Amino acid sequence: MTAPTIEYAELLPMLIVFGAAVVGVLVEAFVPRRARHAVQLGLALAALIAAFVQVVRLSGTEIVGAEGAVAVDGPALFLQGAILLLSAVSLLFFAERRLEGGGDAFAPGASSLPGSEAERTLVAQRVLQSEVYPLTMFAVGGMLLFPAANDLLAMFVALEVLSLPLYLLAGMARRRRLLSQEAALKYFLLGAFSSAFFLFGMALVYGFAGSVRLSDIDATLGARVGQEGLLLAGVGLIAVGLMFKVGAAPFHTWTPDVYQGAPTPVTGFMAACTKIAAFGAMARIFYVAFGGLRTDWQPMFWVIAILTMVVGAVVALTQNDVKRMLAYSSIAHAGFVLIGVVAADELGTASVLFYLVAYGFATVGAFAVVTLVRDAGGEATHLANWAGLGRRSPLVAGVFALFLLAFAGIPLTSGFVGKLAVFSAAIDAGAVLLVIVGLVTSAIAAFFYVRVIVLMFFTEPAPEGPTVAVPSAGTTVGIAVGVAATVALGILPGPVLDLAQQAATFVR
Amino acid sequence: MTFPWLTTLIVVPALGAVLTALVPRGLEVTAKKLALFIALVTAVLTVIATVAFVRNGEPVQFVEQYAWVESFGVYWALGADGISISLIALTGVITPIVLTAMWREAEAERRNPKPFFALVLLLESMLIGAFAAKDVLLFYILFEAMLVPMYFLIGLYGGPQRRYAAVKFLLYNLLGGLIMLAAVIGLYVQAATQGRGTFLLADLVALDIPQSTQWWLFLGFMFAFAIKAPLWPFHTWLPDAAAEATPANAAYLSGVMDKVGTFGMIALALPLFPAAARDFAPAIVVLAVISILYGALLAIGQTDMKRLIAYTSISHFGLIVLGIFALNSQGAAGATLYMVNHGLATVALFVIIGFMIVRRGSRFVADYGGAAQPAPVLAGSLLFAGLAALGLPGLAPFVSEFLVLVGTYSRYRLAGVLATVGIILAALYILLLYQRTMTGPARESTAGFPDLRRRERLIVAPLVALLLALGFFPKPLLDVIGEGVQPVLAEVDVGDPEPLVPAAEGTVP
Repeated sequence: MTAPTIEYAELLPMLIVFGAAVVGVLVEAFVPRRARHAVQLGLALAALIAAFVQVVRLSGTEIVGAEGAVAVDGPALFLQGAILLLSAVSLLFFAERRLEGGGDAFAPGASSLPGSEAERTLVAQRVLQSEVYPLTMFAVGGMLLFPAANDLLAMFVALEVLSLPLYLLAGMARRRRLLSQEAALKYFLLGAFSSAFFLFGMALVYGFAGSVRLSDIDATLGARVGQEGLLLAGVGLIAVGLMFKVGAAPFHTWTPDVYQGAPTPVTGFMAACTKIAAFGAMARIFYVAFGGLRTDWQPMFWVIAILTMVVGAVVALTQNDVKRMLAYSSIAHAGFVLIGVVAADELGTASVLFYLVAYGFATVGAFAVVTLVRDAGGEATHLANWAGLGRRSPLVAGVFALFLLAFAGIPLTSGFVGKLAVFSAAIDAGAVLLVIVGLVTSAIAAFFYVRVIVLMFFTEPAPEGPTVAVPSAGTTVGIAVGVAATVALGILPGPVLDLAQQAATFVR
Repeated sequence: MTFPWLTTLIVVPALGAVLTALVPRGLEVTAKKLALFIALVTAVLTVIATVAFVRNGEPVQFVEQYAWVESFGVYWALGADGISISLIALTGVITPIVLTAMWREAEAERRNPKPFFALVLLLESMLIGAFAAKDVLLFYILFEAMLVPMYFLIGLYGGPQRRYAAVKFLLYNLLGGLIMLAAVIGLYVQAATQGRGTFLLADLVALDIPQSTQWWLFLGFMFAFAIKAPLWPFHTWLPDAAAEATPANAAYLSGVMDKVGTFGMIALALPLFPAAARDFAPAIVVLAVISILYGALLAIGQTDMKRLIAYTSISHFGLIVLGIFALNSQGAAGATLYMVNHGLATVALFVIIGFMIVRRGSRFVADYGGAAQPAPVLAGSLLFAGLAALGLPGLAPFVSEFLVLVGTYSRYRLAGVLATVGIILAALYILLLYQRTMTGPARESTAGFPDLRRRERLIVAPLVALLLALGFFPKPLLDVIGEGVQPVLAEVDVGDPEPLVPAAEGTVP
């Protein structure tokens, strides 16, 4: 019995983030309250940047490490880099304190009852909840591990590590706390269900293959005849667990409620980073372990992709809350990414990688803009409040319009290049029907994006309308990063496309 | 490598748009002057480029090609042939005229005029880019992206129903564009399976695409172009958009921007999918004839002047499409020449009607009458523009209309005859418009009509001059265009009026 070999150098990005999360917990215990917020933020940002540097250093690595539990390869590193960057941008929004007059977007004491005396005292004392940062770092760590996990157990652990902190974060909104807590509970219950599905599917697949390693599962696919029932049931259940995390129909029902109830910076973080991590894991498991079953799972993905796009685009039409509308839009986008996943080749992987990055930056930016439009009750998320925003604040409305145009896939924005990549990969793989459904739903989706632009620019502002708050430098920088990425990936997508193409091979 | 004319023509207005947008608040007049100055510079540059093009004599010039997104085979590929250069010249010349016509319109809406001028310059840049693009994706990107500035132009500055009109405009065109995107990707995949994935027009034209695939791809392209052009039954957005947009903007929309649709048909759809074009030509000719008659009949029935002109445009676009799908040199050259001439005539009509609307504050025919007495120059301008639009010999559109009809008649006799009926109807709607608004005793409402002011005469004069010049001496332009359409027709390769599609070509054994 020899000691297991761990490739510390290759796993460094994850180790840094998890380490920072653990240190963050210690900071909560030992650093005086006044200094805590600054220390936590600095620690988290520094860790994310350091981890990103390590990811860049590792580029080109292709190993299976940690006794086969973790793969460090192109897709994993690409997605880890994207998650780290987007998390860093999200943290800037977490730290925003000017909008709430010294407070941030989180309840000062998550355990205090909404409306209670204890809550009022905490608000009056201007207490800031700095546990948010270690929680976020744990979630980020899980997200880094999720697309890199090379066996089902590691994948499940990563899934739980990324999910549990998010359940908590979703319930911590400073305003509308009951809505937020309801969202957290919903997310937790349904998330626990989906985890159970994943776990059960894992057990069935283990029963078939006798191993949880993805490459071992792949090797046994052709070897055991007569037990496919077990295997296919397992594949189906695992798919349910993953589809839940990416918010694909019919497993999407939590998305609008959670996106609406969670503190908006958390929503942006969740919408962008969870989706990236989950799609990475999905692609890895279905390409590496179940690649030989392609003909079995592709029809299922077809149905889910079509359903997801249609539900996302059509239901979004009826929404009158900005956050809910963005939630349905993110569902529709999950459908578009699934088109790329269905293609199931390197072209498809590369297109998925690019799409996720393009979508991630636009999403984080869009939710950050939502935090700026406020009235006396906090964020004014009802769409009617956004009427005439273009008159009152052309810059903010223009930035939001840019993100909406990117979501709609208008050329010269990142969204167009993403759609082009995904659709061409799908046509190349023969999925013409999916692409046509994708184009029709894009047209439907364009309608509600355009509706918001009409509202902002072509409608007279309401007399008692919300104001556009001036954010602190961090939020401004974060939004500027989102805008720059959206425009740059639209006009000069070459470098990132090339990177995605080089990174598109999974190590086995 | 010589001077990069086309890139310059794209960059100058785009830069101008940015500069105009950056002019600080409170200096709106400066912004307008700056925008007009840049539009004039661009106009001069296009004229110089056109002259250089004609004097050089090569069929394709100003070629530029740089890799843009290498992994997708997208190129910043530009080049001018006879078709492109004439439309680029049209865009360059019309833009300052339209900007001048907008001078007071933006204020009339009590809106900041700065975005208006910046957006028009941005649109000009995209239009020139689309006309010059020799890469299908580059064309597509500009084709789609130009919807955004036009959408804001209609939605921000139009009439009471502008929101509805702007959204309708955008959704129609976006739907067309998305269907076209499927075809563009399909074309790319064809190229990828036959060797190298690329969007370069020249490489794509050289592909040998199976006939059934050609059909689908052709239909995808034509769907977008038929919406943009617009062809019956995809036209319903244009009357709304033109009626609600400010007159100068409506002029730009139907005079210049919609030409991208017909340009796409002749410069992309025909050479890329020659077999499909041959197969579908009769069906498209039917739609074109319906457009001609339907547009003309509805124009006669309109009470709103801007709507009326929009319907005449639909009728004229029918003629252009008819000429293109006659698939012979007279038809194609006539149609291309018509794109230029229709641009001039429609812009003239819209801006003159804009002058009338500024005076009376109404866009309805019934509110006018007898305006010729107080404002003879205005009336004369309207009559002149109208006569040009109806194809009076001696004015520019006549030559192109005649060529289109000759070309059509030699292949589709019945279509040629019906199209001629459409021209007779054109006389009716134009003369009725003139009669109802201008002739007769001056009414109370029009009695105090001031005649054309200096700025307005400056706008009308170049249009009149161009319509006359191209009417009497179209040869230089026609030569350039004739040379431009030759390669397209060679690609389609229709010999005699009875084309027998060779059965072996493209059919899968």
